[in-house]
Amino acid sequence: MSNQRKRLTGEREDEDDEDAEGIGEWERAYVDDRSWEELQEDESGLLRPIDNSAIYHAQYRRRLRMLSAAAAGTRIQKGLIRYLYIVIDFSRAAAEMDFRPSRIAVMAKHVEAFIREFFDQNPLSQIGLVSIKNGVAHTLTDLGGSPETHIKALMGKLEALGDSSLQNALELVNEHLSQVPSYGHREVLILYSALCTCDPGDIMETIQKCKKSKLRCSVIGLSAEMFICKHLCQETGGLYSVAVDEVHLKDLLLEHAPPPPAIAEFAIANLIKMGFPQRAAEGSMAICSCHKEVKIGAGYMCPRCKARVCDLPTECTICGLTLVSSPHLARSYHHLFPIAPFDEVPAFSSLNDSRRTLGKSCFGCQQSLIGTGNKPGPCVTCRKCKHYFCLDCDIYIHESLHNCPGCESIHRPKSVSLMEE
Amino acid sequence: MPSVAFKQYSDDVSLLVLLLDTNPLFWSNTSITFSQFLSHVLAFLNAVLGLNQLNQVIVIATGYSSCDYIYDSSLTSNHGNFERSGTGMPPLFASLLKKLEDFVTKDEELSREEGHEDRTPSCLLSGSLSMALCYIQRVFRSGHLHPQPRILCLQGSPDGPEQYVAVMNSIFSAQRLMVPIDSCYIGVQNSAFLQQASYITGGVHHTPKQLDGLFQYLTTIFATDLHSRGFVQLPKPIGVDFRASCFCHKKTIDMGYICSVCLSIFCEHHKKCSTCGSVFGQSKLDEASSVSDKKRKAPHT
Repeated sequence: MSNQRKRLTGEREDEDDEDAEGIGEWERAYVDDRSWEELQEDESGLLRPIDNSAIYHAQYRRRLRMLSAAAAGTRIQKGLIRYLYIVIDFSRAAAEMDFRPSRIAVMAKHVEAFIREFFDQNPLSQIGLVSIKNGVAHTLTDLGGSPETHIKALMGKLEALGDSSLQNALELVNEHLSQVPSYGHREVLILYSALCTCDPGDIMETIQKCKKSKLRCSVIGLSAEMFICKHLCQETGGLYSVAVDEVHLKDLLLEHAPPPPAIAEFAIANLIKMGFPQRAAEGSMAICSCHKEVKIGAGYMCPRCKARVCDLPTECTICGLTLVSSPHLARSYHHLFPIAPFDEVPAFSSLNDSRRTLGKSCFGCQQSLIGTGNKPGPCVTCRKCKHYFCLDCDIYIHESLHNCPGCESIHRPKSVSLMEE
Repeated sequence: MPSVAFKQYSDDVSLLVLLLDTNPLFWSNTSITFSQFLSHVLAFLNAVLGLNQLNQVIVIATGYSSCDYIYDSSLTSNHGNFERSGTGMPPLFASLLKKLEDFVTKDEELSREEGHEDRTPSCLLSGSLSMALCYIQRVFRSGHLHPQPRILCLQGSPDGPEQYVAVMNSIFSAQRLMVPIDSCYIGVQNSAFLQQASYITGGVHHTPKQLDGLFQYLTTIFATDLHSRGFVQLPKPIGVDFRASCFCHKKTIDMGYICSVCLSIFCEHHKKCSTCGSVFGQSKLDEASSVSDKKRKAPHT
């Protein structure tokens, strides 16, 4: 019994020393990590470790192809102002240990990373947290824009009890999101570990209610695929995926961080009044409205009511004006002006003239593109500026930088002037 | 390249990527000539390379119509170049000067090809920033033992507003990689892009007043490696203005209206967004079916 309790709280280090089950640390590597899966046979039958970079790049290209097929050349509108509720299932099933050290610990860690990434990519959006425990849904945090509040609330209550109820969670989230302004996109992300749901009423009715209130529900399952989750996601236009291991769970979660393509009828376009506060003067003293303490110097002044706030983006507690700075808006611009994917150049293709002059080294990082034996290695090329890039720069440019160095290094006519500082 | 496993990597090894402004429109009327400026810069690069045996310096030239790599101190072809060049410059930088000359001639040709357009006399900062970040990303990929990278922007040309989105993208990417962007602005007006870049990424921004003493500013402020910055007093950022400008009049505003679809900024209430064409206060379904006016929702205040 004490062994079971120890497992629930994730303390397994004691067992390593004890040798209680006859498994030592060195054997654990075979039982748990399955290190033979990292080996692969080459053409002559010899073993070698898996070439991760080629696989990684192939995965990335597949993902990019799917996204660009969906966009199909037209400018897809994205929901930039999102109100997202994260529902985490803290039922009995979350205490399972198929994810090390337990599903709860893994979920909490990845949700923390997701929250930070979410606010990085969507600075004007807000997140709320809901947990399902003992068949009842509880609000952990209300909708807010500060990542620290959510992470602190999440890490405070990590225990798994009782049944899971999908309907209660959906009802609670629906109620909260009905109070959100009409220009925002309403979304729910459910992390579901259980294999069943114990509901007080008809869940199909709840699903129809969600559909009518334009709530986009996505589910990430941790155990197996369930019909009800699939049905929910199909009806509301969300994404359903099931994680096979921890790394996959992290990838699936982070897929929800960039804004999804917006269904035009879901949100009414509106003009939102926002303030751009200036930094308070050095040495000025004021009582800040968020902590109710006297602060000196660094801080911002609301342009409407002159109250002092510590951090941006935030809502002024006195007059309710949304306060942002222009870099926060600029963080979302790359969603509106994405760069086209690069074209693959087949390896070992003949060295034509342009390849010979431009394709010797990657334009971005100057890495040599000549592979083994003086033959051209794999690379990609930009359609517009015709420069060649190596595979790693390709991934970096499309996932993080969102600028093609080649296109930025040539002079473009002034008609593309979008906005200025 | 000598094997790094044998050398002791202390925490003050740095990789400096220098973005050099070669915009002819700026250099044609300044108090300091380009060759005087280059002598300050080359002495500074020598100083950085002398601070630590493992320091690396990359120079990228930012031109008017193109950007390119000029110098990489880690390439062995740059060492052992001992013939004296006629101008009396240190032989270490003979290849740098040659490549810079080639670059400037090529840049001039490209600008002439494009013809005379009414364009702000800015240099292609976004291009060289993107190239610098790609190079730094490659250094990060090379393993655990690598120098700490930082970017130094030596610029005099004014900001080109058409590059705003690209420059902000580069700044955010540098922030994620934790690469500070230092900036030394030697031009006339203030550069908002460089101020924001240094503020957001945690770098140092400075506008030297006396260009004759540029070498002194460079060595005392910008030669410090990242580890030592904790102990050295460097110029602090003062009052970076993060207010936005409205799209209609281009004036800086304190309070404005943001389109919820495309995030364009307006100073007064409009019925329709000029950037994305969305009609405010009306859902798309109503728009399709209705012809006459419907009651418009009051904006959210």
